[in-house]
Amino acid sequence: MKKELMIQAEWCKGCGICAAFCPKHVLEVKNEKVEAVRKEDCILCGQCELRCPDYAIWVEEVSE
Amino acid sequence: MPSKLIQKYMREEHLPHIWCPGCSHGSFMRAVAVAVDRLGLDHDKVVFVSGIGCSSRSAGYMDFNTIHTTHGRAFAFATGIKMANPELEVILFTGDGDASAIGGNHLIHACRRNIGITTLVMNNNIYGMTGGQYSPTTPTGEFGTTAPYGNIDRDFDIAELAKAAGATFTARANTYDLNQATNLIQKAIEHKGFSLVDCLSICPSYYGRKNKKGDAVKMIQWQKEHTVSVQKAQNMTEEELQDKIVCGVLCDYDYPEYTEKYQQIIDRVRKD
Repeated sequence: MKKELMIQAEWCKGCGICAAFCPKHVLEVKNEKVEAVRKEDCILCGQCELRCPDYAIWVEEVSE
Repeated sequence: MPSKLIQKYMREEHLPHIWCPGCSHGSFMRAVAVAVDRLGLDHDKVVFVSGIGCSSRSAGYMDFNTIHTTHGRAFAFATGIKMANPELEVILFTGDGDASAIGGNHLIHACRRNIGITTLVMNNNIYGMTGGQYSPTTPTGEFGTTAPYGNIDRDFDIAELAKAAGATFTARANTYDLNQATNLIQKAIEHKGFSLVDCLSICPSYYGRKNKKGDAVKMIQWQKEHTVSVQKAQNMTEEELQDKIVCGVLCDYDYPEYTEKYQQIIDRVRKD
């Protein structure tokens, strides 16, 4: 199974917690919404999913 | 569509939740969903009970049997549910004010009985929903809208209070280490008897702003720097521990659970 970083921007409140604790600096908050600006650097560790208080970002298993 | 975990355990139609940006109640609520998932609990055998306050909105979001009750009285409702059907896993969401001020009396008696309820206190040191009034866990000297010159009350340690009142499992979790929080919540659910996890939540909107603690990220970083594990604390001096909050399992022992003792009475009387 392949894993992928998923974002549901409508639920994002722009608190910036995910961006601050992302170990690879993949995320940025732009116009109060999170964006994966360096998605190619993402190691799919799931720190963002663990911390996001709004369930707006997560790592999902997707079929290849 | 959100993650599979959220789809499975939360009422998607009520999300996004009402909590402010950066409020960690949502992170703890997710931790509860993960703990329930790991334990493989039957949806129909779990009941979430809550009182009033920001924390207590949780019961509305969790897709289980849920009841959103009156201020401070979640313990009384939860006691009734557990007594009527001891097979149910009763999990109670409450806040620092709901648990230790308005519901303080109900809390200590639920502890004293050692009834099988898991209590999760979303402790953010303030009454957030009503606009930032100081609560029993607002640290001495800090500010609230009702303490504009600083709070002169001594603050409660809810985990210590519960332990002293007879709770047989108490723990403290923080927003920085959410893996530890999930493990502690799982242990609390597994524990037979009254268990309580003091979840150090952050309120950037009221407590944070009133006390110039910075944004959500700064408040979480503060927790990272000011919390230590029970194991680490054992090798630290009193001086080193002065500005630290100890997190982990604080008390865990066996004592007969209330509904079991009650069943023994029923069995005995029926036999006579």
